[in-house]
Amino acid sequence: MNARHDSLHKSVAMPAFDVLRWRRDFPIFKQMAHGKPLVYLDNAATSQKPQAVINAVADYYERYNSNVHRGVHHLSELATAAYEGAREKLRRFINAGSLKEIIFVRGTTEAINLVAQSYGRSRFQAGDEIMLSEMEHHSNIVPWQLLREQTGVVLKIIPINDAGDLQPGAYEKLFSPRTRLVAVTHISNALGTINPVKAMIAHAHQQRVPVLLDGAQAVPHLPVDVSDLDCDFYAFSSHKMFGPTGIGVLYAKEKLLADMPPYQGGGEMIRTVRFSGSTWNELPHKFEAGTPDIAGAIGLGAAVDYLENIGMASIRDYEHSLLEYGTQRLQTVAGVKLVGTARHKAGVLSFVMDDIHPHDIGTIVDQQGVAIRTGHHCAMPVMEHFHIPATARASLAFYNTREDIDALVQALGKAREVFR
Amino acid sequence: MDLENLYRDVIVDHNRSPRNFRKIADATSVQEGFNPLCGDKLTVYLKLDGDRISDLSFEGSGCAISVASASLMSEALKGKTVVQAEQLFEKMHALLTIEDQSRDLEPLGKLAALSGVREYPSRVKCATLCWHTLKNALEHPEIQPVSTE
Repeated sequence: MNARHDSLHKSVAMPAFDVLRWRRDFPIFKQMAHGKPLVYLDNAATSQKPQAVINAVADYYERYNSNVHRGVHHLSELATAAYEGAREKLRRFINAGSLKEIIFVRGTTEAINLVAQSYGRSRFQAGDEIMLSEMEHHSNIVPWQLLREQTGVVLKIIPINDAGDLQPGAYEKLFSPRTRLVAVTHISNALGTINPVKAMIAHAHQQRVPVLLDGAQAVPHLPVDVSDLDCDFYAFSSHKMFGPTGIGVLYAKEKLLADMPPYQGGGEMIRTVRFSGSTWNELPHKFEAGTPDIAGAIGLGAAVDYLENIGMASIRDYEHSLLEYGTQRLQTVAGVKLVGTARHKAGVLSFVMDDIHPHDIGTIVDQQGVAIRTGHHCAMPVMEHFHIPATARASLAFYNTREDIDALVQALGKAREVFR
Repeated sequence: MDLENLYRDVIVDHNRSPRNFRKIADATSVQEGFNPLCGDKLTVYLKLDGDRISDLSFEGSGCAISVASASLMSEALKGKTVVQAEQLFEKMHALLTIEDQSRDLEPLGKLAALSGVREYPSRVKCATLCWHTLKNALEHPEIQPVSTE
């Protein structure tokens, strides 16, 4: 066993990535969980926050808290500059062409609802088809079901295979003259599958069909370039990329946004208001009704700075080596079966263990200081595909170590002991 | 908190070999319980003979706590009256949600083994699911169509 682990350590060459240095930036890791060092492996649910992000949020409230875009006073100018500065950081981070294409929203869920209700509801008619995949998170299923009730659109589902990949060839076959939109996840939160989105977008565009990508699990873990992908919509959340909760981004091509009606009405999004009718503000403000989450946007901007300093390519490579290590280690645990074994995967290790229910596993490893997620991961169709009610899921971030994986494996031994 | 207090021998045993894990062909009430948070799903079969529970069983899938709780419940309530079942429901609800050092565990019998669940707030619903489903079955004596997926 030990000899095998030694060879494992050697066979998976670790790129130069100073994980302990980055880990020290996260104050939460100074504490213990149930008397043991905190091992946090629930990053697909939400990520921890570096001191730089916490400071940026505190700094806004302590030094220049003020509303944006309207005051002529000093504080308002500072707040507006920081808020719009964050937008520019986001634009650069995902390589969008224009600031008009970066809409601040509450998160991925709101971004997708915005597209469904503004773009979809104003254009789609009964019988029009929207293509989703079987591995979508509920947030990329339910908004389209609501739209279906409102307009009579038809949802077409790209099936997955038992490895957790989209079934080869199935996507192309689902196109019809009525296909109006493809809405798929970049990376599956439940399985870790990285979908071949660039090729899928190219294929959709040949049929003149726009594509929305759910990027919630991708942006924190690999470089994302929306211009290179040529996607039409890209949605992601701050809290999964080491920023604050309550904010996220909808990227959308300017030519699409220009023709889309507002999603919500209120202050900020208008140019003029008369009781006879109102006119809309320019992009991106047309889609940002009400006082936005100013502190959140500034915190997200700080998260982008932090990630750029490390480098997304380095993060991707490091997490990949950690995933390989975790995959090999978990496969040595008796009774563990990985759910989601796609060839191209991000750092998600979903698994079941003999007849021990995932919730029991979750509670037992928690008592050893190891935080994982158990349940259906808001992807009930995926669970249905594999005929399981739930999985246990360890999901990685760049601050995780091989020792974290080892702690999980050891804690799983405890689960085996309890149910011996 | 230690795990032995949650996963006591009685619970591990009832999870491994659940009692009354079967259908009742001539049940007077069948109800489904579902915990959407974790996917636990169980069906409670109740056969009332006048005021008395002449048979009680369950089927379904869930974690060790929810399976053991349903198994222990079915054992405890067979032969009891509806009023006794309702009283036990209240006692179990209190056991699982309210800390009370002076509580007399004696009348609960084997069900007292579930007292450790109270220390794990995220797991309380696992233990109460079968009891709520039973209450539903007592209040709505009907055969609910059971999905078989």
